[in-house]
Amino acid sequence: MTTSRLVEAFARRHRYHPLEGLPWLAAIAAYFAFPSYLPLGAQVLATILFALSADLVLGYAGIVTLGQAAFFGAGAYTAGLLAAHGWGEPITGLLAGALVAALIGLLSGIVILRTTGLTLLMLTLVVASMLYEAVNKASWLTGGDDGLQGMEVWWIFGQFRFDLFGQTAYFYCLIVLFLCWLAVRRIVHSPFGRSLVGIRENVLRMHAIGAPVARRRLVVYTISAALAGMSGALIAQTTQFVALSFLGLDRSGTVLIMLIIGGVGRLYGAFIGVPLYMIAQDRFSTIDPVYWYFWIGLLMVLVVLFARGGVLGLFDRFRR
Amino acid sequence: MGDILSAVGNIAFNGLAFAMVLYLISVGLSVTMGMMGFVNLAHGVFAMAGGYVVTSLMREQGVPFPLALLGAALTVAAASVPVERLLYRRFYGGDELDQVLLTIGLAFMSVAGATYIWGPLQQPLQPPPWLSGVADLGFRSFPAYRSFLILCGAALVTALWLSIERTRFGARVRAAVDNLRMAQSIGIDTSRLFMATFGLGSGLAGLGGALGADLLTVNPGYALQNLIYFLIVVAVGGLGSIRGPFFAALLIGVTDTASKYLVPEFGAFFIYVLTLAVLLWRPRGLFGRA
Repeated sequence: MTTSRLVEAFARRHRYHPLEGLPWLAAIAAYFAFPSYLPLGAQVLATILFALSADLVLGYAGIVTLGQAAFFGAGAYTAGLLAAHGWGEPITGLLAGALVAALIGLLSGIVILRTTGLTLLMLTLVVASMLYEAVNKASWLTGGDDGLQGMEVWWIFGQFRFDLFGQTAYFYCLIVLFLCWLAVRRIVHSPFGRSLVGIRENVLRMHAIGAPVARRRLVVYTISAALAGMSGALIAQTTQFVALSFLGLDRSGTVLIMLIIGGVGRLYGAFIGVPLYMIAQDRFSTIDPVYWYFWIGLLMVLVVLFARGGVLGLFDRFRR
Repeated sequence: MGDILSAVGNIAFNGLAFAMVLYLISVGLSVTMGMMGFVNLAHGVFAMAGGYVVTSLMREQGVPFPLALLGAALTVAAASVPVERLLYRRFYGGDELDQVLLTIGLAFMSVAGATYIWGPLQQPLQPPPWLSGVADLGFRSFPAYRSFLILCGAALVTALWLSIERTRFGARVRAAVDNLRMAQSIGIDTSRLFMATFGLGSGLAGLGGALGADLLTVNPGYALQNLIYFLIVVAVGGLGSIRGPFFAALLIGVTDTASKYLVPEFGAFFIYVLTLAVLLWRPRGLFGRA
């Protein structure tokens, strides 16, 4: 009796809830409601994917990282370099970006995931800084500080041109995000995903019951890197530009903020935090670009002090 | 041959100067992390504040250099205590993510705050006449300011180590780093100890930032740009260690100077490789306890 109820409770967690359709309806509604903001919309969608990748590694596996931008930038530069050197096919460019980022995630993960806590945090930053420095110094290839220019992205399937109004870009990002979201949703509800939560909550016990902790952490780190790389590739292809700042600490930090604003470890935090952050940035930073940092810093402090769990956490609190 | 010797001499000298700055700034961070279990990514803000205080005191108020240094250390120490009492204290030993977000938020605010007060340009440090130029030691001559930096650093390091080893305060600090609960149960007021240690560490960081203003240039982005140096020194040295960061700072300072001198096209690449290598070999750092 109780077992069957438990099974039922777990099954319910996996089933699609009608509310889960809401972000996608909103995205389609936004397409019709704000036709002049589609380029920003496409960026928001791609950044949601970036935040989703961070949620997987931070929210589910509990690995606090300051180096997520390494994978984002790796994907962006891979897609960008391909498109600038004669291979502008978007889908393969996207997959190549994900692959390179995953490879960097795997190789760096093998080295740095042996450590924990502050040392791990620092090493994620070191990996990102290493990549930043490498790209910066290889300016003959990457354009260094000036960013990568001269990308030519072909039509998607030879059918859809990346137009000036961002219509193609918007749907391209939306579809990629949707597919990745399906994949991430499956992962976090799978036994693998549950064991990640176990590792986050009590690593000793997971060791004790024989879970291959190190391998699982490495696998999720690599998956997350691939998603981040895909997000970077999306932004590179849709804006036809890659900046050195794609690899910077700022980007790793802000993706954490966006995620925290929405709520960590909930899968939907990214869908709330990223639009809020990016729309606010679009409004305020044109008025006051320097002091944008002040407000965002203040917001972080306030969220940590008073609104742990972000917007979704607040909802939970009201529901109870 | 003479060229090589002079290159080695230059690297050792400038590397040592850089190491002193790195150590003074980072030692407070090491203790905060080891003793209070707090990841303070905003630590660089204290060093930056030290740099700003010393340059503005000298330029705008005409305060002599040694007094300005002292002023920088005291101001930063005094300003850091309320931050610790009001903000940091709630998060000791707590969730790492909260600490990271809180302190990155503070570092972001410092970027905008420094731009608001001092403008976006970097603030050059003008050493007094008796410290500009070169000091001739007979067999070779050294830039006077950096020699002063090394001597100052050496004196401070000695004083710090003696006070940690020989005074009652130092014994309390060592006890709290070693075993916090035990220290509490034998009656050490750890809350006050945290406050004092935090103030001391921040003051040293302010002094390091002020002394090193010509090595790590004082500009609004300071805290984020140099964060990686401070973190590397602490992680390579070993969390909570007082001596470890010194050797780590030497290692990083000399390697960084050497690689920028010999292979500038690789930038800071080598210190990152070195850091990865050291931490692969000893994940808890050179002097971290197993």
